[in-house]
Amino acid sequence: MIKSKTRVLFRLGDKIFPKFTLICSLIVVAVLVNILIILFIQAWPAIKESGFSFLVGRSWDPVKNAYGALPAVYGTLLSSILALVIAIPISMGAAIFLTEIAPSWLRSIASFIIEILAAIPSVIVGLWGLFVLVPVVRNPIESWLGTHLGALPFFQGPPFGFGFMAAAIILAIMIIPIITSLGRDVLKSVPGAQREAMLALGATRWEMISRAVLPYGRSGLIGAIMLGLARALGETMAVTMVIGNGYRITASLFSPGTTVASKLASDFSESSGLSLNSLIELALILFIITLSVNVIARLLIWRLTSVKGKAD
Amino acid sequence: MDTTKQTETTGSRSFSGNKGYILKAENLRAFYGAFLAVKDVNLDIKPKSITAIIGPSGCGKSTLIRCFNRMHEVTHGARISGKVLLDGEDIYTPGIDPVSIRTRIGMVFQKPNPFPTMSVLENVVAGRRLTSVLSKRTEMEEIAEKFLRQAALWDEVKDKLKQSGASLSGGQQQRLCIARALAVEPEVILMDEPCSALDPIATLKIEDLMRGLAKDYTIVIVTHNMQQAGRVSDMTAFMMMGDDRAGGLIEFGRTDQIFTNPKDKRTEDYITGRFG
Repeated sequence: MIKSKTRVLFRLGDKIFPKFTLICSLIVVAVLVNILIILFIQAWPAIKESGFSFLVGRSWDPVKNAYGALPAVYGTLLSSILALVIAIPISMGAAIFLTEIAPSWLRSIASFIIEILAAIPSVIVGLWGLFVLVPVVRNPIESWLGTHLGALPFFQGPPFGFGFMAAAIILAIMIIPIITSLGRDVLKSVPGAQREAMLALGATRWEMISRAVLPYGRSGLIGAIMLGLARALGETMAVTMVIGNGYRITASLFSPGTTVASKLASDFSESSGLSLNSLIELALILFIITLSVNVIARLLIWRLTSVKGKAD
Repeated sequence: MDTTKQTETTGSRSFSGNKGYILKAENLRAFYGAFLAVKDVNLDIKPKSITAIIGPSGCGKSTLIRCFNRMHEVTHGARISGKVLLDGEDIYTPGIDPVSIRTRIGMVFQKPNPFPTMSVLENVVAGRRLTSVLSKRTEMEEIAEKFLRQAALWDEVKDKLKQSGASLSGGQQQRLCIARALAVEPEVILMDEPCSALDPIATLKIEDLMRGLAKDYTIVIVTHNMQQAGRVSDMTAFMMMGDDRAGGLIEFGRTDQIFTNPKDKRTEDYITGRFG
């Protein structure tokens, strides 16, 4: 009797639980689709009005009702890619140090500090950027680069402090802890047998890391970098505070610029009508960019892991 | 505790002159931190022969073999005392680079561990590439073919050289790892339970391969499988954990002698299956 009763209960669980999990996953999908639809509806008047010229336009002029997204998209990509250029070597070095080189007592302390760094609210990082980073970027960094490498188009113009350079550095500071901590997890998951295999062939520690550990973890490391990139692309507050809010396309890293996210943050409250619709179209573009980055990252990881086959 | 007996048994097998052994352990002790894992091992290993190290789990067989190519110290806090002589030279002499020792004494591990991001071909030359620049593809292919043939794997993988090393079956992966170790051209190959993750057919293939390799190489194999030791080895060392939890060498001798006429009661008990 009792046995059959519990079995009935279990069966009930079997019926309800799959449906419950299905609903949970549908909610996630629904939110995503909803955001996309709302963005599209809100942006529609701007899409209708500006059309293709929105994507290539270089000015943002509510008076003339002329809106172009290119400087914001350019600024987003430039600052994020520059941030990656700074962040990748540092984070990889730190991740390798934490898994392969540091003594164990230091590993846990350093990991803890890095995790705290990742948890600092971006507005606080932005304040630090405003008061500490920007003056340093102005002098010595930009003035030095201007004097010594001023022939290059990247280092021309007056050293403002506020601009792409400061934005890229602040973004790098914000994504280094993320890439480091994910990268450390990836490297930690590389089996000891892989390390020993390389060592037993007569590899030095560096050869072991570069030829066994890093290749084994490469798909995970790319994933970590892509997540860092996605964070950099969407980062708003800290960038808004240091990028200087100039709507222009220029090779000079000293120049004030803007990103999609910082444009949204600084203009949103004072916009209405077509300029608001245009801002939302801008948001839609950012959404598509980050989505593409994630899809590309997935494809890369999938390609690399399918090559890896059934290895453990 | 049995130092005298060991000396006696190993002594009776000592070979005359410097050529008598290629690898020799002298009063070798292995530690993990303060824990003594292996104590006072004295062992001579004849060139171009197969020496099996047998004994119950936890007796320090793997620890001992890892001392022979300085892989023991890779573990955090691990160290040794005593000597390990390779061609009469102590590999633990201060100033000797463990990296150079490992190119002379290769190792094959318990679980096949090919490099999954490398092709079969790249796996074979992975160690070789550490010491010499192999720029030409034909050069790499020549070396790969030579050692894949030595590892009795060539016929099975000659059409799969570009596939991932991890796409092969378990037995093939292990022979690939053997080919990879051979390609460095070591004098001694250490095998740490190389068949424990393999099925019986793959195991027999590896055993055949080992018999063939013993013509040119010195092989030391750790195995928990007594039959395997009986099938493949010329010499057998029996290890056991003492009351102090440290593993020691109980008896060392010709394999037929150890299996048919062991001198020590504990060896006999183990061989006849009374424990372990």
